[in-house]
Amino acid sequence: MTSSPPATSAGRDRRPRRDSRVGDKIFFNLSRGSGILLLVIMAAIAGFLAYRSGLALSKDEGNFLTTFEWTPDAPKPVFGIAVLAFGTVISALVAMAIAVPVAIGVALFISHYAPRRIAQPFAYLVDLLAAVPSIVYGLWGALYLVPHINGLTAWMDQYLGWTYVFKTTMPGATPRNLFTVGILLAIMVLPIITAVTREVFRQVPRMHEEAALALGATRWEMIRTAVLPFGRPGIISASMLGLGRALGETIAVATVLSANNVLSLHILDPGGGTFAQNIALKFGEALPFGRDALMASGLVLFVITLLVNGAARLIIARRKEYSA
Amino acid sequence: MKLQRNGRTKALAIGAMALVGSLSLAACGSDNNNSSTSDPKASGSAGASAAQIACAGKGQLLAAGSTAQSNAIDVWKAAYGSACSGTTITYGGGGSGAGVQQFNQGKVSFAGSDSPLKPAEVDASKAVCKTGQGIDLPMVGGLISIVYNVDGVDNLVLDGPTLAKIFDSQITKWNAPEIAKLNPGVNLPDADIQAFHRSDDSGTTDNLTKYLSKAGGGAWSYPSGKTWAGKGGQSANGSAGLAAQVKQVKNSISYVELSYAQTNSLKSASINTGASKPVAATAENAANTFAKAKVAGTGSDLALELDYATKDEGSYPLVLVTYEIVCDKGNKADTLDAVKSFLTYTISDAGQQAIGSKGYVPLPKELVSKVQQVVPTLA
Repeated sequence: MTSSPPATSAGRDRRPRRDSRVGDKIFFNLSRGSGILLLVIMAAIAGFLAYRSGLALSKDEGNFLTTFEWTPDAPKPVFGIAVLAFGTVISALVAMAIAVPVAIGVALFISHYAPRRIAQPFAYLVDLLAAVPSIVYGLWGALYLVPHINGLTAWMDQYLGWTYVFKTTMPGATPRNLFTVGILLAIMVLPIITAVTREVFRQVPRMHEEAALALGATRWEMIRTAVLPFGRPGIISASMLGLGRALGETIAVATVLSANNVLSLHILDPGGGTFAQNIALKFGEALPFGRDALMASGLVLFVITLLVNGAARLIIARRKEYSA
Repeated sequence: MKLQRNGRTKALAIGAMALVGSLSLAACGSDNNNSSTSDPKASGSAGASAAQIACAGKGQLLAAGSTAQSNAIDVWKAAYGSACSGTTITYGGGGSGAGVQQFNQGKVSFAGSDSPLKPAEVDASKAVCKTGQGIDLPMVGGLISIVYNVDGVDNLVLDGPTLAKIFDSQITKWNAPEIAKLNPGVNLPDADIQAFHRSDDSGTTDNLTKYLSKAGGGAWSYPSGKTWAGKGGQSANGSAGLAAQVKQVKNSISYVELSYAQTNSLKSASINTGASKPVAATAENAANTFAKAKVAGTGSDLALELDYATKDEGSYPLVLVTYEIVCDKGNKADTLDAVKSFLTYTISDAGQQAIGSKGYVPLPKELVSKVQQVVPTLA
């Protein structure tokens, strides 16, 4: 407001100006301090994790990356992350495969199809899904979803069993498997992805949409040609946000999954494990060395999450150039 | 979006706080009821035992460790707290490993543990106990039920080798010859066995696998331990999780502590130990095994050596005992009196009977008297 030279010179005579400069300085230092503090905390966490992991890794008698077992407190400590990394990634991928299309559909419905009167309450309802504590999802999954999903898994086994992935090899076993966990995770990440994509779709320039309609496009063609291309970076970053939660989800997975140390591509067979679930279940009875080992697995999850976020930023940055 | 969310999350937070508030109020309320009048059973036992509790010491008594005995500690805490209002007992669960660790760091006055102190842990305890060392006092007895869910089979009998093979996926059908031989005349289904084990590390798993390696006749090829090592099977979190699975899933079998078998009304298998008839999973039969257990500790350390391969009549082999770990000498001066007073109560007849109704096994008289001799000598 005071960008022109006469205005600034006039402002120099005014007393309050100096006070606000002191305020500026304080605020600047406060915010810089917060920034530095954050970096120090992050460095401390990373250093602590790396130090404790180092203690454990030096005594691991197995290969940390390829071993299936997790017995760090045995006389001969053997532990590895192969099963955990596999289970974490697979369950998160299943969750993404289910949640992303549904979330896009829900977001489009809210932003472009639903009448305004319904859209707003509907959006609230989806957001409310995010407010349910994860242990509640876990209990619901274990007590309701698992006993009721038998039909679906039997159907998939019968008609999709030829894919190997959907074959069940343990007849009569309960479906407490990575696929069920994936479905549960999909429900849990749905509100996050929906909320972000919905806002992105709302920001599509009205001109683009009207131009498309004016050229004779139907509503679906308008969405395909104007809304989706514009919203793609938003969809990707929303998915990554959801993926981050799916990778780190702990207690719901621990409640539902029948964990073991078998790495199997049959995702309808009970078994497998995830990083967070393993830490939650093993921490209570672990001895000091076992805790170090668990921290090492936590460090791996930390790194995987960083990689996922980094990849998402890269993709978004590249897309931005195109869409500009 | 952020602006919209703000208001809503605030409202949610207020709602959540209100909910938490009312829940914790309700919890306080029920606690009070237990120690006063509304629940006749609880008040009866508390009233009876209150007369026998000799209060001593004041202030806060911190303890931590095994979750297997936390229900027992809760019962004792309520009775002791109503008799001795000057002492507050706080027992943090969190597992035996964590309990022993905190004990050796001097953070708690006693620790609960599923297994006796290892030599290295005894050495470490000397730093805290100064003039003495950590000792194990058997306090809470329990038994592991082999629970199963098979239609039409009500009195299943199994033995060590068969159990080992079932839990290691070497026997996969209910009508396998090994099982049929132990259950003559029983119509066993031609169905796959759904064996469940703990997915978390657990003292229960430790005791079961100790039994399997001692009484399994070589069929269990893994070392005993808190982490499940057997091949195949499915898993669930905690005894509660296992009990829920057995209840839900047909043709399943698993192992839980007695209280979970009772409260979920699951069928428990009897064990063919080599005695003249199979031994049922009852508290009396477990007490018989405790009565014959040898004391493996020296001096005032009463660590027990349980005979998992027992063939005595009416001795149920799948038992577990959890210990309280204290210093024989050199306990913290300000809590010593309270520790002695509390443990005197817990090992009294009243204390042991009080946990009997919660699915634990009251320790037999011989063992109780041994512990009763040690507790007053703590210093």
